Amino acid sequence: MIEISNITQTFGKGRDAFTALRDVSLTIRENEFFTLLGPSGCGKTTLLRSIAGFVYPTAGTIKLQGEDLLTLPPYSRPVNTVFQSYALFPHMTVAQNIAFGLEMLNQPGAQVKSSVNEMLALVQMTDMADRKTSQISGGQQQRVALARALAPKPKVLLLDEPLSALDFKLRKEMQIELKRLQTETGITFVFVTHDQEEALTMSDRIAVMNEGRILQIDAPRAIYDHPAERFVADFIGETNFLEVDVLSVEADDATIKLTSGATTTARRADTNSATGQATIAVRPEHATLSDDASALLRGTLEDVIYSGTDTHYHIRLQDNCRFVVRKQNHPGTMEAHTVGHQAGVFFDRGVAQILRD
Amino acid sequence: MPVSTRQFDIRKQPGFTLIAVACFLLLYLPIILLVVYSFNAGKSIAIWEGFSLQWYESAWQNKAIQDAAIRSLILACCASAIATVAAVMAALATTRTAAFKGSSFVFAIINQPLMVPEIVTAVALLLFFAIIKVATGYTGMWYLIIAHSAFCIPFAYMPIRARLQGMDFSLEQAGADLYGKPSRVFWRITFPQLWPGILAGAMLAFVISLDDVVITEFVKSAGQDTLPTYMLGQLRRIVTPEVNAISTVLLGISVLLVAGFFFLSKIRK
Ligand SMILES: Nc1ncnc2c1ncn2[C@@H]1O[C@H](COP(=O)(O)OP(=O)(O)OP(=O)(O)O)[C@@H](O)[C@H]1O
Ligand SMILES: [Mg+2]
Repeated sequence: MIEISNITQTFGKGRDAFTALRDVSLTIRENEFFTLLGPSGCGKTTLLRSIAGFVYPTAGTIKLQGEDLLTLPPYSRPVNTVFQSYALFPHMTVAQNIAFGLEMLNQPGAQVKSSVNEMLALVQMTDMADRKTSQISGGQQQRVALARALAPKPKVLLLDEPLSALDFKLRKEMQIELKRLQTETGITFVFVTHDQEEALTMSDRIAVMNEGRILQIDAPRAIYDHPAERFVADFIGETNFLEVDVLSVEADDATIKLTSGATTTARRADTNSATGQATIAVRPEHATLSDDASALLRGTLEDVIYSGTDTHYHIRLQDNCRFVVRKQNHPGTMEAHTVGHQAGVFFDRGVAQILRD
Repeated sequence: MPVSTRQFDIRKQPGFTLIAVACFLLLYLPIILLVVYSFNAGKSIAIWEGFSLQWYESAWQNKAIQDAAIRSLILACCASAIATVAAVMAALATTRTAAFKGSSFVFAIINQPLMVPEIVTAVALLLFFAIIKVATGYTGMWYLIIAHSAFCIPFAYMPIRARLQGMDFSLEQAGADLYGKPSRVFWRITFPQLWPGILAGAMLAFVISLDDVVITEFVKSAGQDTLPTYMLGQLRRIVTPEVNAISTVLLGISVLLVAGFFFLSKIRK
């Protein structure tokens, strides 16, 4: 649907030059909820704006259904944006805002009217049609911004952190509503956020970005379970990192030796990776405490932190690294582990992920 | 003695009130006197002889003043209209485009009439137009209109630019995103929010044009007196309260326009 190839975006010239996007390539599929996730300043907005046409890439191409987007001015691109600040027209009513794009497309009045009503119903704002946009709440403004961008039936909807201005509860509601709208309309959504939880719950696929680069593109589950790089593993959820020795490699798997001397099987993020030194990532909830001989790692239990749904065990390993194990709590069970005692750690074969360096 | 822990307050300094009052008196006392003596029944501009409107009447009936007044109004209308259109375009170009090389130079060029001494501009225009007059033989009003338009631009430009800078650029981007071509986005999105700035700029330009003496005096052809240059000419001969009367009317117009200007600048975005 959207093919972005080797986009580079440099702002400024000479010594002030700043490269916001470095050789970014990605393909977004039809009807997909695609999320750009990354820390502040990594270039998410810049990438979105280059699709919309507000910045012009220094190099690379962007194609929409095979058509070159870069030759088109913003007003000719069949994509619409939901701006981070909503950018609703303050001198117009809710209905006039929604009608704007349709009027610019020179649609006949009756058709504009029926489309506007349809959109108002879709975002449940029919009662507010004649209010000025300054007279409605933040969540309602957000809905109007959505309706305005959806009304011209774009091929792609670009959303730049549309939920960041909302409070927690409304945010959760709107996440569900956005997902519903995307399914109902069948429009491709490109969604920008720096909230990893939001990305994991809403997306079909996620592109994790850092410093102008795309590090990994995958389904949420794959991103979480099999992070390809240290940054991805660290940015999304909690992770333990361990230095290991890769003994042998097969197709997707590798046999690794831990610092304790124990061996197990790990997944390879990069099938080109060779034997030798490597770093693995293990999620705290994928590991368990083990007192018997099966333990892969041993150390001293330093902290036991109760947090309602689960308990975190902090273990100081023999090589002085720290390892966290998370266990879900069940009612009525007593804490069986004591701080200061010896503890072993176990995780299943194939749970550990070898990271690209 | 209690030690003051309050912040430094200029109003508490000795002599502050005195200086402030003196300044206001110097500024406004002459104007008040001018207005008062425009109602003088006698011929003197210094001795009060009772109230009358005779100088307003005689000014109103004076053919030369009528001509000058009409010329002043036409000139101010044309010049402020041209200057405002130019200023809107300049303001859009300097706030709504990506920072370009030499943009601060362009900014300086636009505001040049504020920086170059007016007398220099006046002499330069006199010489420049003299060449054109010789070449074309045209001696009409357009020299004055062009000259006034030029020096009014920065005055129209400033309030328009200020308002544009206070406006959210993402609104215009949203307009473009929703298939609005630049001209339609301007009229549908930019203009409805910018008009108080445009009107304020036009009013300021109008007042500045109405009030100009130096450039007009140098550029005008024979028989092209505006109100200010006519008054200047009168002062060289006999001075009657007629001049006071014209000044008072001009003052009234200016005060109205400037008050309107401040009102417009306050209209919420
Ligand atoms: N017009 C510009 N000129 C110069 N630098 C820019 C410009 N636009 C963006 N940048 C820089 O490019 C980098 C990426 O900006 P961008 O807005 O894409 O970040 P982001 O990932 O959207 O961050 P956030 O989550 O904070 O919105 C930033 O360091 C920013 O300072
Ligand atoms: Mg951003």
